[in-house]
Amino acid sequence: MTNVDTDQIIPKQFLKLIQKTGYGGFLFYDWRFDRAGNPKKDFVLNEPKYRERQVLLTRDNFGCGSSREHAVWALYDYGIRVVIASSFADIFYNNCFKKGLLPIHLSQDEIDYLFDLEKNDDAVIEISLANQTISISEKIIDFDIDLTRKKILLEGIDEIGYTLSFSDQILNYEKAFKVADYNKFLGKN
Amino acid sequence: MQKTLFDKIWDSHLIKDIDQNENADYPSGPSLIYIDRHLIHEVTSPQAFASLKQSGRKVRRPNLTIATTDHNVSTESRSLPIVDEVSKTQLETLSRNCKEFGITIYDIASPDQGIVHVIGPELGFTLPGTTIVCGDSHTSTHGAFGALAFGIGTSEVEHVLATQCLWLYKPKSFLINIEGNLRKRHAITSKDIILNIIRKIGTDGGNGMVLEYRGVAISGLSMEQRMTICNMSIEGGARAGLIAPDETTFNYLRGRRYAPTDSELDRMIEFWKSNLKSDENVKFDRVQTINVGELAPQISWGTNPSMVVDITDSVPSPEQFAKSDENKRKLAIRALEYMDLEPGTPMTDVHVDRVFIGSCTNSRLEDLMEASLVIKGRKVSTNVRAMVVPGSQKVKLQAEEIGLDQIFKDAGFEWRESGCSMCLGMNPDILLPGERCASTSNRNFEGRQGSGGRTHLVSPIMAAACAIEGHFVDVRDWL
Ligand code: SF4
Repeated sequence: MTNVDTDQIIPKQFLKLIQKTGYGGFLFYDWRFDRAGNPKKDFVLNEPKYRERQVLLTRDNFGCGSSREHAVWALYDYGIRVVIASSFADIFYNNCFKKGLLPIHLSQDEIDYLFDLEKNDDAVIEISLANQTISISEKIIDFDIDLTRKKILLEGIDEIGYTLSFSDQILNYEKAFKVADYNKFLGKN
Repeated sequence: MQKTLFDKIWDSHLIKDIDQNENADYPSGPSLIYIDRHLIHEVTSPQAFASLKQSGRKVRRPNLTIATTDHNVSTESRSLPIVDEVSKTQLETLSRNCKEFGITIYDIASPDQGIVHVIGPELGFTLPGTTIVCGDSHTSTHGAFGALAFGIGTSEVEHVLATQCLWLYKPKSFLINIEGNLRKRHAITSKDIILNIIRKIGTDGGNGMVLEYRGVAISGLSMEQRMTICNMSIEGGARAGLIAPDETTFNYLRGRRYAPTDSELDRMIEFWKSNLKSDENVKFDRVQTINVGELAPQISWGTNPSMVVDITDSVPSPEQFAKSDENKRKLAIRALEYMDLEPGTPMTDVHVDRVFIGSCTNSRLEDLMEASLVIKGRKVSTNVRAMVVPGSQKVKLQAEEIGLDQIFKDAGFEWRESGCSMCLGMNPDILLPGERCASTSNRNFEGRQGSGGRTHLVSPIMAAACAIEGHFVDVRDWL
């Protein structure tokens, strides 16, 4: 599939919760279930062999549309830990790192190779973020990831705490920069 | 060094670059960027506040955030109680959080309530040269003012509340030159321009980029029309859309609540004029020119916003895509099946059950005025249920002052209270399975307006004409 949008990943009727958990059951809801709420046989996640999988393989522009981070929460809750795609929508890609979901960007050919591999029932792939590799028996596919993002995933950094360590610089910016003039029109803090 | 408008806004908000120096393969780490303006709504903020409280943190600058309730609110009379308990909890949670952290909120009791991207500009909260974020992808709307505005996830909402900054990777720049003058004023709108752009660049054409729109066709547009264009930048995958501010922009700002006043404003305008435009010879990472001189009204036929044709075209056949791209062909087959359309059917033969005029794309006063042009003295087809949902309480009031509500009501449209409504159907305004809708919103994804519902994206005036005829029409014939 290409262009899988976040409205499909988690439909809006499930965005009314005020927590970050409990979305797994609603992942791809309209694709997984018919109107009566019964699983649709022809949807891939409903096939028994795919139920426990942790890696989602897809194609172009995954996660486009709405900015809802609920899409990442739903994938994670469901048990997905890695999404491999030929490209991602920006906001979705960014959101992944907030929850510890690893988005891997591969070429079309590499994606095709992995889809072919899927036809072979007992193929197992092993993904190492530290080495940035996907290992399939003999073959190894390398993937790129930004170092800061890798660190965030591996070490689970508290980003806000880290930013607050620059509080002085933020304060200096607020004092010095002209644009901050705008803000006096917003009343006092 | 020559800079784009985007570079200039970026640079003036840069607090710190993260240096990944040891590794030459990754030259650019994220940058810490100051955020001037933050908008929040009930759906993507509760978890941010919860986590803020959990870690015992404060909101750094409560006056730089404003809140409204829009996604979940009923568009029935405001005096009725909220029936949906879960929605009610979400609305109350936002009110409680705002109170606790000292954030101004325009909730459903407020005369300033409305869709977050409608009220920001309306209140003068949206200003040129600022950075603006919101936990909502259509934040790109505010780029019409020459502000760098983009959607963020809930974790980033929390980050902005706590620090007033974000770590960002700098996007690339993409110039869209729009040449030619629109032929029939009113019949061809900025909605048609942006649908045409997305049709050409695709839903991922702008991924990782900030678009700048430029050209005579753009300078001639009002602020409201420019907002429609920037609004849908995200549908082309872009992080943000920008239009350099000019006299039209400055005039719009005068007298708005949060905008600078009189001499302050004049001083700002001088500053904006000299600073907020791309340098003449700057190189963009990508450039595309689109001519709109002969543009026909645009209409979507499929299930993503790049699946668009001219109103004079027929439903495309999947075979048209076979040569170029097998994936596109498969997507087209799936879309046609979902939309229940036969290839070769003229678009003007496609009948609709519902018409929705609203959403942050097309629910401002001008949109409603344009739509009203073709309905005066006419009646909505008996097979159609049509509704108008003004973008804000102010839009509603202004429309009522000039009698637009009466024109719509006389024609048989429902005239409702402001909110997101059937743009995403989180409230009771939804399509039933199989229903087909002419919609002025921005997304035609499967189930977007209600599970099993079928959406065709069009301009307000096309939607209005469609409501009268019961099927799509080329509105140029009416004007
Ligand atoms: S009107 Fe639609 S697109 Fe705009 S903010 Fe509301 S739900 Fe999002």
